[in-house]
Amino acid sequence: MTDHDRQPHPGTGPRDGTGRHDRTAPPTGPDQRAGLEVRGLTVRAAGRTLLDDVTFTVPPGRRVGVIGASGSGKSMTSLALMGLEPTGAEVTGSIRLDGRELVGLPDRERAGTRGSGIGMVFQEPGTALDPLRRVGAQVAEPLRLHRGLDRRAARTAAVALADAVGLPDPVSLLRQYPHQLSGGQRQRICIAMAMAGSPAYLVADEPTTALDVTTEARILDLFEHLSTERGTGMLFVTHDLAVLSRIADTAVVLDAGRVVEEGPVRTLLDAPRHPATVALVDAARATARRTP
Amino acid sequence: MIRRLLARPTGVFAVVVLGLLVVLALVSLVWTPQDPFRTDPFRQWSGPSAAHWFGTDASGRDIASYLLAGTRTTVLVAVGSGFIASVVGIVLTAVGSLTARWVREGTAVLLDILVAFPTLLTAMLLTAVFGGSLGVVVVSVGLSFGVTIARVARGEIRRIARSDFVVAARASGVGPLGVLTRHLVPNAAPLFTVQLSLAMATAVLAEAGLSYLGYGAGSDTASWGSMLADLQTYVGVHPWSAAWPGAAIALVVAALSLLGDAVRDATDPRLTTGDRAAGSGGGGRPDGPAGGGPARGSAGGATDAPTGGSAVRGTAGGAPGSDATTTPGVTA
Repeated sequence: MTDHDRQPHPGTGPRDGTGRHDRTAPPTGPDQRAGLEVRGLTVRAAGRTLLDDVTFTVPPGRRVGVIGASGSGKSMTSLALMGLEPTGAEVTGSIRLDGRELVGLPDRERAGTRGSGIGMVFQEPGTALDPLRRVGAQVAEPLRLHRGLDRRAARTAAVALADAVGLPDPVSLLRQYPHQLSGGQRQRICIAMAMAGSPAYLVADEPTTALDVTTEARILDLFEHLSTERGTGMLFVTHDLAVLSRIADTAVVLDAGRVVEEGPVRTLLDAPRHPATVALVDAARATARRTP
Repeated sequence: MIRRLLARPTGVFAVVVLGLLVVLALVSLVWTPQDPFRTDPFRQWSGPSAAHWFGTDASGRDIASYLLAGTRTTVLVAVGSGFIASVVGIVLTAVGSLTARWVREGTAVLLDILVAFPTLLTAMLLTAVFGGSLGVVVVSVGLSFGVTIARVARGEIRRIARSDFVVAARASGVGPLGVLTRHLVPNAAPLFTVQLSLAMATAVLAEAGLSYLGYGAGSDTASWGSMLADLQTYVGVHPWSAAWPGAAIALVVAALSLLGDAVRDATDPRLTTGDRAAGSGGGGRPDGPAGGGPARGSAGGATDAPTGGSAVRGTAGGAPGSDATTTPGVTA
């Protein structure tokens, strides 16, 4: 693993239950955006509370991890951020995109923020692409939507984007169908799709879980590069602590739909306080891929 | 697409049989060897000859001419039923999958009820009101299959709407209309094609059956079904005569059924485009013949042969998996 010499970030330790989050200004300076602020996000569906008063902030250009065991509400958090929660689910609380409230927006306006305000990368690159469409068309689609490009311009922009996400020979690669690409290439295409609308924030839901270790490292490099280069704030959902320590500056720990602990990744991993965090760290230490 | 369709033996069979059917139907409009309706009491049950290729029947009608005239009915029934089934199917699918929750749930229940309503009963009801005609056959088969198609397609559309790639498309900003036209319709189209071809095949069978029972074509319309009904009375005495319309019906029904499968396979990029990674990297399919050399010739046929859904999916799943380093799912 790489070194963890990240910018200091005051930890808040286990949550005190007041719902306050100690947010710091981005260390890089000029970025004055408010960030992606989630306050008291609660999702209920069919009488069950899937997310309970979840609060955190993704500052611009920073990478925040969300960890937790299966069923802790990680994926629901990312879907709720996108406004793609299952139909019938009731979302309350507040999601502010650089100061703009997203919860309660009419469907049409909310859809307008998808891809341009917040983009999303999914866990399974194998199923996140339409098997019947050439990948170039799938990358070009959001380009046309968000940048108003015509077909030809979108195609050119798609090639540039594919190049930016590190795809070799983008011109011919974009003519392929998803099944003709490798898992890593497919995930790069998905990232290109998510970045096409130049979103200010990117939600990545276990984006490397379906990839092998080598590919995982390259994809993580790409995420790191994109957030540094473009100032994209990232919410990185994972259950893999090695990935977390590699990619994220700070993290929140979810357990049964609640944020039980948050702080700098280093602190969380070295001195976990909440039992759920302790369990995750212990489990990770027990496996062959140790966290430092 | 036509080229890919003809790359498959079943596709060739379907295209040839159905092409021949249409050509013969057109030919029969202007020419038949004999007058298909002319009876000749002095020429009952004559064997095949230059004048009567397939012989004559109990009333001395020329079987070949009558068979030829019957192609018109068959084409009409297949196309007409297919058209009505498509319209009914598309409308009911749309109402049953894209509307407000209570409307589509209601439609689902309605579809379940309608599916249980037999085609024959619909045909009998319509016959009671309008009298027996080809129109009754076309409408009743079209309605029944429209309902069946909608019932299957509705579930498919709902499934696709929940799939990862639709969620991913929505997450990248694609709106409802874009999702519908670019993802839902193209992905549901193969199922629709297969169902439609089955509907047309069944329409041909149903016309034969209904005409056989007397609910279909009148005696002034040549129909393979009514022909079969006439000839089967004498099957113990002149077994070969009934074989002609029987074989014709079987051929056309088989061709229609296979056409849907062949079209679906010809339009699926997972089957028609090679695996780029395996092609350049040389990583053989995990379950395929190692080395690929001599076995490849027959394996090509095996890959292309549209042997049904499971085999198709097996091939599609195997192809990406053959990429040596970055296989989805290896982390498990």
